[in-house]
Amino acid sequence: MSALVLDGLTKRYGSTVAVHGASLRIPHGQFVCLLGPSGCGKTTLLRMIAGLEEPSGGRLLIDDRDITDTPAHTREFGMVFQSLALFPHLTAGENIAYPLRIRGVSRADQRRRAEELLELVRLPGVADRPVSKLSGGQRQRVAIARALALSPKLFLLDEPLSALDAKLREAMQIELKQLQRRLGITTIVVTHDQREAMTMADLVVVMSQGRIHQAASPMEVYRQPADAFVADFIGLTNLLDGQVVQPGTVQVPGGALSLPNLPPSGRVLLSIRPEEVIVHPTSGDGSNGSLNRLPGTLSFMRDLGSSVEFRIDVAGKEIIALSRPQDRPPVEPGGALSVELPPGSCVVLPPMVAS
Amino acid sequence: MIRRAPRTFAEHSPILFPALMLVVFFVIPFSLMIAVSVFRRVPGGFYEPDFVFSNYERFLTTFFGGVMSFSLGLAGLVAAVAVGIAFPFTYRLVRLPRPNQIRWLVFLLSILSLSEVIIGFAWSTLLSRTAGITNLFVALGLMAEPQSLSPSFGALLAGLVYQAFPYTVLVLYPALARFDPYLVEAARTLGASPLRAFFTVVVPALRNTIVATTIMVFVFALGSYLLPQLLGRPQHWTLSVLITDQAIYQSNMPFAAAMAVFLVLVSLALVGLALLAGRREEVA
Repeated sequence: MSALVLDGLTKRYGSTVAVHGASLRIPHGQFVCLLGPSGCGKTTLLRMIAGLEEPSGGRLLIDDRDITDTPAHTREFGMVFQSLALFPHLTAGENIAYPLRIRGVSRADQRRRAEELLELVRLPGVADRPVSKLSGGQRQRVAIARALALSPKLFLLDEPLSALDAKLREAMQIELKQLQRRLGITTIVVTHDQREAMTMADLVVVMSQGRIHQAASPMEVYRQPADAFVADFIGLTNLLDGQVVQPGTVQVPGGALSLPNLPPSGRVLLSIRPEEVIVHPTSGDGSNGSLNRLPGTLSFMRDLGSSVEFRIDVAGKEIIALSRPQDRPPVEPGGALSVELPPGSCVVLPPMVAS
Repeated sequence: MIRRAPRTFAEHSPILFPALMLVVFFVIPFSLMIAVSVFRRVPGGFYEPDFVFSNYERFLTTFFGGVMSFSLGLAGLVAAVAVGIAFPFTYRLVRLPRPNQIRWLVFLLSILSLSEVIIGFAWSTLLSRTAGITNLFVALGLMAEPQSLSPSFGALLAGLVYQAFPYTVLVLYPALARFDPYLVEAARTLGASPLRAFFTVVVPALRNTIVATTIMVFVFALGSYLLPQLLGRPQHWTLSVLITDQAIYQSNMPFAAAMAVFLVLVSLALVGLALLAGRREEVA
């Protein structure tokens, strides 16, 4: 039992590399989000899995069976396209029954299954309506039902919710996740919306410039980003350049920090989330490095309602801190203060490579 | 930009010029033709005003019926073959990279610039015994000796399809360019082979476009006049040839006019049908 395995999947278009040796193991029943900025190769990777793009290199295996050269129409994966790609000449029910019709299922069985699937996506009673008469959210559901009609081994969705308005998108994210859990179907969704990925995924695959940077749970991607790109792309973070001066101590702008997990020497990059940064109203002089405090001045402050955001100038480097309104320290813009970077919250990353 | 319908005379004025042109160059001549079609022929002379239907009664003869059904059948066959070739061709064409598409379209437009006479003689040379393609087949060892393939029904059909092909592609092009290629990919992920997807998704989704284009090519081929004489035998002559024959050589203007009226009415009816098919697709 090993479910879907991507083994160095590569796609080249002429001299440009869209996907660069993507390797990944997706166990059965997982909800996977391919997340990254536009043009990072996530859609190309999904299309290779669907069989709509031919890989330039690498292999694709499902349950230890090599399907790299299997044509799309015999893979039996369900796919929802960004444009939904509903057939305009067919009704909602006929769209859903299309894969059954192709397989020569009887009309009555087609009809029964279409209604069953409409029930599943909570859209009963629209089987006879032409797709042009359906709303955006309804079309979405029809597209999902159609992709699930053959009970596929793999359910693929390419930015499925991008056409919906914000409120409906939120609702559909939760619904899609519940549907996936109920069916226990291995699902891969392409999205550029990290909130969407965090909401739905068991496994978030962060991609950039054709490479997989990290594949981990949403919490791990957020708390333990693998590199500077992931740390910066997922949520808001502070990135500090540092130089290890002695074992366990790193020199950063504004002072030295004591941290575990440091390499014995060399340059590092530290990532710390704004909500982990603690703002102290006193100036940093009295404190010492063992407390991991850096002196700075408050350059900007704003109240976001559920939290207060501070932008602090530490030796020319801006550090962002978030605190709960009730924990708000008594500081004013322009005033001196110190920021505490707790050792357990600083993630040590390899130094940024110029890209 | 005024969005409401025009009301005053001044607002209607832009349409006056085209309306005038249409009246002077279409409505008046066509009315004259209708008038002539009920006139009486004077044997040995020309014709004189009258109100008889004898010219239309001649439609009931087997000779006329034969020519008529041949013309309609030929036009239908040309339309079917032209659309049958042009549809898959255009389907591929719209998916080519832009520069290649432009090269193809320029090439097709240059075919349109050829006159019917040139097309006719080019095809009759190509299909002739002395200089035609059969010589090539002989050189390749596919044939024992060169043959003449023209005049024949096949030659006529080939010439007419060749002439109609660029029009067909140009009419199909916009609809196919707008066609969402993801529909085919969706069909493939749902288990349809590329060929199956073409026939279960592309063709039915564009059914009205296909119908409208077929009717247009049908009307185009129905008026063919020169190619049947250049590439066909006398039994392949169409209604247009017969009209010319009656009008010029037999001096039977009333009968020619009656046939012409009939041809125009059939064409108009078909154009109306094509518009109807096109309109229904807009709604869908």
